[in-house]
Amino acid sequence: MLFAIQSLPFLWQGLLITLEVSALVVAFSLVGGVLLGVGIVYGPRWLYWPIRVYSDFFRGIPLLVLIFFIYYALPLFSINFTNFVSVVVALAAFETAHIIEVVRGALQSIPRGQNEAAKTIGLRFSQRLLYVIAPQAVRRFLPPWINAVVDTVKGSALVSLVGIVDLMLAIQQVIGRTYRPMPLYVLGAVMYFAINYSLSSASRRLEARFAYIRE
Amino acid sequence: MTSSESVVRIRGLKKSFGANRVLDGVDLDVHKGEVVVVIGPSGSGKTTLLRCINLLETYDEGSIRVDGVEVGFRDGAERARKHRSDRELARIRADIGMVFQLFNLFPHLTARENVMLGLQKVRGRSAADAKQIAEQWLSRVGLGDKFDSLPGQLSGGQQQRVGIARAVAMDPKVLLLDEITSALDPELVGEVLTVVQELAKDGMTMIVVTHEMTFARDVSTRIVFMDGGQIQIQGTPREVLTATSHDRLKAFLARIEMKHH
Repeated sequence: MLFAIQSLPFLWQGLLITLEVSALVVAFSLVGGVLLGVGIVYGPRWLYWPIRVYSDFFRGIPLLVLIFFIYYALPLFSINFTNFVSVVVALAAFETAHIIEVVRGALQSIPRGQNEAAKTIGLRFSQRLLYVIAPQAVRRFLPPWINAVVDTVKGSALVSLVGIVDLMLAIQQVIGRTYRPMPLYVLGAVMYFAINYSLSSASRRLEARFAYIRE
Repeated sequence: MTSSESVVRIRGLKKSFGANRVLDGVDLDVHKGEVVVVIGPSGSGKTTLLRCINLLETYDEGSIRVDGVEVGFRDGAERARKHRSDRELARIRADIGMVFQLFNLFPHLTARENVMLGLQKVRGRSAADAKQIAEQWLSRVGLGDKFDSLPGQLSGGQQQRVGIARAVAMDPKVLLLDEITSALDPELVGEVLTVVQELAKDGMTMIVVTHEMTFARDVSTRIVFMDGGQIQIQGTPREVLTATSHDRLKAFLARIEMKHH
């Protein structure tokens, strides 16, 4: 087991890269997904179709194809990203498409009468969203959003395929040196599980906080 | 009553949902302090008429002026009929109160916060001011002990009284009541109508869509009978409810009568 312990600092570096990629993607996709999700529900007609097409397209292609396309094919059009930027862009574009649908579902679950009541007391659109719709929609938003975050952490393992030494590639490199796949894959699985399990429990605590809202 | 006191002035109002014309040329004036009750069979356009007044529904033709201001379209754009911006509409709607059939209280806010929201965010009142006004109104509608209750913890009748408090706390120029007792258990109807009756006594201008004929007779200064998207007949409660020469009205009143016995 000594080699496994000796490899821990190296795996730790990989873990940090995994967390960094995940955090960036979660942040970008949250901002993008909420903006576009609000746009698709409340925006004008000309905004609806581009967002609809975007969401359907990026949810419809495999993530790996998207990563390879951005890293290997875009340079043909003189758009050159480093491998790190490529994967962050690819993952963010992919996750944004999913968050759009999560936001759409959460907003549409709020009865129409809520928006109407907010209108009749004279609230503007941004105020209706902020004080009436969002506080109710957040409860519907959280569970699927946490799922998307967990998917992001797992999906970030694909960045190893364009040569970024994340947790996944770090594990493989240690295996390459030691020829001991089993303990290292188990160790890697435990580390991924630890991240995602803490996310899920955090999510359960958050959901409990918003459970006071009755229908 | 002079025309300058006309709070709501509707002329030639037309509205279609697809091929279905629900409002087919409605003219109506509501003066300050009047309580106008709109009755009519379902599908006659009475709820749509109400919802056009604060532009929850847009209208195709005609004009609605509340306190002299055209609701649906920008001023000086008679020919272009340009719709108002969200910001302009918000300002207009702040002066038009509405109470809904299904209450539509904000479920994440307490009774007090439901009433305070508009006072703070729209009227610009301080939290302390808004709290005081909200508590005054909630007490007036008999909910002095329910300030901190969430809507889900209140009965239907109590929720609807919060709905009324939320609307009148904004000090609206006209109050629109859209079948506000239709979703209530029969034994809870009285407590809500009593509140409306008191508002009427205080001179609140109201347009009321209801099926409660006794209430219509006792509270209204005028009854308007709608059918087929048009106002068929209007007048004092006595004039309308005894206008036996009008066939459609007679048929409608007979149907209502049957449902209640």
